[in-house]
Amino acid sequence: MKSRKLSPLFFNTIVCFFLISMTAFMIATAALPGMATASENQVLDKAIASYPEALFQGKSQDDIRKELPVSGAYRDETTPIEEEVTVIIDGNPATTSIVRYLTDMEIFQYRGDVLWTCIAAFLVFLMQAGFAMVEAGFTRAKNAVNIMMKNIMDFCMGTIAFLAVGFHIMFAGPGESLFFLGTTGATQWGFAFWLFQCVFAATTATIVSGGVAERTKFTGYLAYSFVICAFIYPTFGSWAWGSLLDGQGWLEGVLGVGFYDFAGSTVVHSIGGWLALAGAIVIGPRVGKFDLNGKPRAIPGHNLPFAVIGGFLLWLGWFGFNPGSTTTFDGNLARIAVMTNIAGAAGGIAAMAAVWFSFKKPDVGMTVNGFLAGMVAICSAVDVVNIWGSLIIGAVAGILVVYSVIFIERILKIDDPVGCISVHGVCGAWGTLAYAFFGVESFSSTVLMAQLIGIGVGFAWAFGTGMVLFIAIKYTIGLRATREEEVTGLDVSEHGNEAYCGFPIDSHA
Amino acid sequence: MKKIEAIIKPFKLDEVKDALNGFGVAGMTLSEVKGFGRQKGHTEIYRGAEYRVDFIPKIKLTIVAEDSMVDKIVSTIMEKAGSEKIGDGKIFILPVDDAIRIRTGERGKDAL
Repeated sequence: MKSRKLSPLFFNTIVCFFLISMTAFMIATAALPGMATASENQVLDKAIASYPEALFQGKSQDDIRKELPVSGAYRDETTPIEEEVTVIIDGNPATTSIVRYLTDMEIFQYRGDVLWTCIAAFLVFLMQAGFAMVEAGFTRAKNAVNIMMKNIMDFCMGTIAFLAVGFHIMFAGPGESLFFLGTTGATQWGFAFWLFQCVFAATTATIVSGGVAERTKFTGYLAYSFVICAFIYPTFGSWAWGSLLDGQGWLEGVLGVGFYDFAGSTVVHSIGGWLALAGAIVIGPRVGKFDLNGKPRAIPGHNLPFAVIGGFLLWLGWFGFNPGSTTTFDGNLARIAVMTNIAGAAGGIAAMAAVWFSFKKPDVGMTVNGFLAGMVAICSAVDVVNIWGSLIIGAVAGILVVYSVIFIERILKIDDPVGCISVHGVCGAWGTLAYAFFGVESFSSTVLMAQLIGIGVGFAWAFGTGMVLFIAIKYTIGLRATREEEVTGLDVSEHGNEAYCGFPIDSHA
Repeated sequence: MKKIEAIIKPFKLDEVKDALNGFGVAGMTLSEVKGFGRQKGHTEIYRGAEYRVDFIPKIKLTIVAEDSMVDKIVSTIMEKAGSEKIGDGKIFILPVDDAIRIRTGERGKDAL
């Protein structure tokens, strides 16, 4: 989503047009040497004359200027743009600013941007289905309905929270109101941009549900989903990505080089992972997860094929998540899609190898976590890495996730049923760090420090606010289901539904 | 009249059933059961954590037959369900007082 090389809109076409007009003027003015210094009006007239008349629609510059949008983000295909033009008069360059309407090519580019950003948002939306299936597959049949309800409601609650408050916190400039879309709602681009941002916010919330699965009280879950999408995610997002619209995040300029996170290794994934860590700590392990000596016991998931299909859906969604983050209809999306794919594949192979080596079997659950971890890690530098960079970032993430899952379970004694703390928190941090090694042309310790600051601030913010949030919920509306509800299964006790009515279910599982 | 309860490995079921049908065993009842004997359970791994599966899935066949048939039924089950490996299962033989066909009210060996 963050782009340094490309401004979100029109960059290429504007540059082309600019070069053409420069050339035209150099030719036109070459025949008129030795004239007096040009006046402001002369420069402006020359500049205007370099454009086709149709781009001014017969209006004066002053009239067109009144139609300028508040900022580039509020553009529409009918609104004018402002650009700097340099003309040569009497052999001296003079620069002026003119306003004009879009060329047909620019309108085409604009519509392409809207279309691609929307398609990418639809793909990211599909990740909700992926998360639902991964989480349900890795947990027990008696909680499958509850997992589904949580994944439905975190998207519904997240959408409303982000619409009402989150978008404003993340992207509003000083003195501007973006509550309920604000002024952006008046343009086509505002909707495309909002939709893409909204599905990102909901992704952060839905990551958390896996870490607290099978034991969370439903009302407590609804409350924290709302707070994450309204406040916790957008606040960090405004620090790292605010300038994508009208905001200005302090992390974007930290140490002069800025903290770089292209598609959200930290902004989305680590934030979700560290929130899940806080949630899993406050809520405690599932009944029976650790024996009396604190030794972890396996609680096998009830449907591993389901989890694998969920993993594939997430993989597909990532082809919107990363390539869509340019929010630009251009040739770069193929490259970003390929780097995403390489990192996912490398992560899957590395995780399989690690779990095979350590536990003698190529465990499918860890392998799914592995390819997800690879794609989490690549988000940060996906637009700038080369093939070897994405191979290494993905493979390291695949190995890291296996031992991180074991470490969190055996050493920290934290119960994370689906491994989301390791996949999203740990591997998100790894990917963000990896930018300093694989995303820049020559290594710079300042860039490394900037990345470390972003990772550290992300952890402190998400884990800190997460602890406050979950403890507050625990002592008000309640965070954990009762022991009896948990043992019975949340499907029947919370929802009065059975996931597999008519199928025999092992009640001892 | 005797009741024969045979606990066998699930994948042997078809062979045992076909062999018993072949010499006139007209009916049987089947249950999916779990249990352990000398075979004990086994260990599985899930996401790096080992866990014991103590109760292994088996099939329990229940057949009620005339006394004269019992030896042949037992030897057939032993032949068809045996793999000479631990975990092949067990056969229990119990006396039966009476049998009644619900539709007609027939009793004893006529009801079998």
